[in-house]
Amino acid sequence: MAGIAASDGVPSARVSEEVPVGRGFRQWLDRKAWRDTIIATPFIWLLIFFLLPFLIIFAISLGQAAIAQPPVEFAAEWPFGSLDNYRLIASDSLYVGGYLNSLIYATISTIFCLLIGYPMALAIARSRGPTRNLLLLLVILPFWTSFLLRVYAWMGLLSNNSWFNQGLTWIYNHTLNFGPPLNAIPMMNTDFAVILGITYSYLPFMVLPLYATLERLDLTLNEAAMDLGSRPFEVFRDITLPLSIPGIIAGSMLVFIPATGELVIPSLMGRADSPMIGRVINDEFSLNRDWPVASAIAVALLLLLVVPIMIYNHYQSRADVT
Amino acid sequence: MKQRSIFLLSCLLFGYAFFYIPIVSMIFFSFNKSRLATVWGGFSTEWYWRLFSNDQVIAAALLSLKIALISATLATILGTMAGMALARFRRFGGRTLFSGLVSAPLIMPEVITGLSMLLLFVYMEQLIGWPNGRGVTTVTIAHTTFSMSYVAVVVRSRLVSMDQSLEEAAMDLGSKPLQVLFDITLPLIAPAMVSGWLLAFTLSLDDVVITNFTNGPGTTTLPIYIWGKIKLGVTPDINALGTIIVAVVAIGVTIAGILMFRAERRRERDIQQAIAANK
Repeated sequence: MAGIAASDGVPSARVSEEVPVGRGFRQWLDRKAWRDTIIATPFIWLLIFFLLPFLIIFAISLGQAAIAQPPVEFAAEWPFGSLDNYRLIASDSLYVGGYLNSLIYATISTIFCLLIGYPMALAIARSRGPTRNLLLLLVILPFWTSFLLRVYAWMGLLSNNSWFNQGLTWIYNHTLNFGPPLNAIPMMNTDFAVILGITYSYLPFMVLPLYATLERLDLTLNEAAMDLGSRPFEVFRDITLPLSIPGIIAGSMLVFIPATGELVIPSLMGRADSPMIGRVINDEFSLNRDWPVASAIAVALLLLLVVPIMIYNHYQSRADVT
Repeated sequence: MKQRSIFLLSCLLFGYAFFYIPIVSMIFFSFNKSRLATVWGGFSTEWYWRLFSNDQVIAAALLSLKIALISATLATILGTMAGMALARFRRFGGRTLFSGLVSAPLIMPEVITGLSMLLLFVYMEQLIGWPNGRGVTTVTIAHTTFSMSYVAVVVRSRLVSMDQSLEEAAMDLGSKPLQVLFDITLPLIAPAMVSGWLLAFTLSLDDVVITNFTNGPGTTTLPIYIWGKIKLGVTPDINALGTIIVAVVAIGVTIAGILMFRAERRRERDIQQAIAANK
């Protein structure tokens, strides 16, 4: 507490020496206590329930699985733990493959989100008045609707006997298919399904920051460029696109980072034989009951994401300033 | 210019079709008579009646609502404090750490947050005997922790964009900081607190992964129930449940949007009238 409030409070402390105790306490309450409370309450909550868990997970990642409650044990003497779990992760193809799958799926989904989301955000930013509010509401609405149900809705569409799959199969059989006609295109439990699911679920996270950036752009620049003879595409390439880079980066990170650790979508729509790392953590923890290895995978995933998180924070704080 | 508008318009159409076709399809097939969830077999409301007589679903929904109400309220209190601290207090010890801790839950993969919180609860119980097993309490704490960050972001951006001169004027006129807080600051950020609460509420209602790690055997929230069922495949009663949830959310968001829009307009009108009266 003293450390938190160290930077202020000098004048109030001086005042309280000269006045009677009752008033001094009231003044301390007015000047300092409310300020300290406002800072310290959420700070302490986050220290206990957010920072402390990360220290614990790091500590456990250095231990060994054991038949005990909780199923973790440490060496009896210094340095108590070892990096064996990390060595295991780095050498076993199951874990390395999991990280690679996650990075690849997350990257491809982020690119798709950007390709679909950018024109949408631009179109919304260029619309006016009530139309814009309606369009925005329509982007935000799925974001408020249950994530699980939206994934579930796609499971319905992709399954073999759905109208969507049957329709695509019909089109495929009548156009591109030169072999025997297919009964259905296998889409569920494929890499395609996972990428589609991630793209669909995280698209609002791409559209909203992009919209926020594009909406602030000064359109007079575009007009000036047009007056000077630029074509619409050149205006976009030379003015709009470069100015919207902070939004592109913020949106991409907002999709990429959580997508890398995604558990629900690969579990429901993906292949069991090439899991993403989130599913590996979950299986290692709940099926194999190997808490130390699960912790080590999580810590390594976090290390992998440190760079994208720092990029995101950098652009986020820059966006806040403007 | 014309060509580009057509391009943008078709992208917009494609995007919204992408967003809404699965949801519309789910709603459509919730009225399906057939047991096969995606093959049309005639109109029926059978699945809705089955849902209403399913005690497990009702209990799970009530539990979800209870956890969401408590955690959203706690998250709003803590998140508002955090947002104020970040927006109004430029310098205090540990500010960098604090601001990192506030924004981290926003982008942290849920698997990591869930696993680490579970480990915290397990070791806390071993050391100090609390929490006694995992259940509603631990899930509520976990939900509060990740959703307070969202509240903090909303409140903070409201405070940053807000005119600080009102608070300074009140101070100059002799108000105590606590009075300024209750008479000026809190009423002005109330809309942000309301939208923060709504956000925290829906995030809690929606959460699967963190709940899955921090709940106990008896604590089945609605998403955990759905998750358990749809792992086995697409079923018509989940279509019906999904339709109800989508309808409730759509109505709720629309009403909240209209109310907030009106409040904002009334506020602007009041300010303009006040300015006009002073001239």
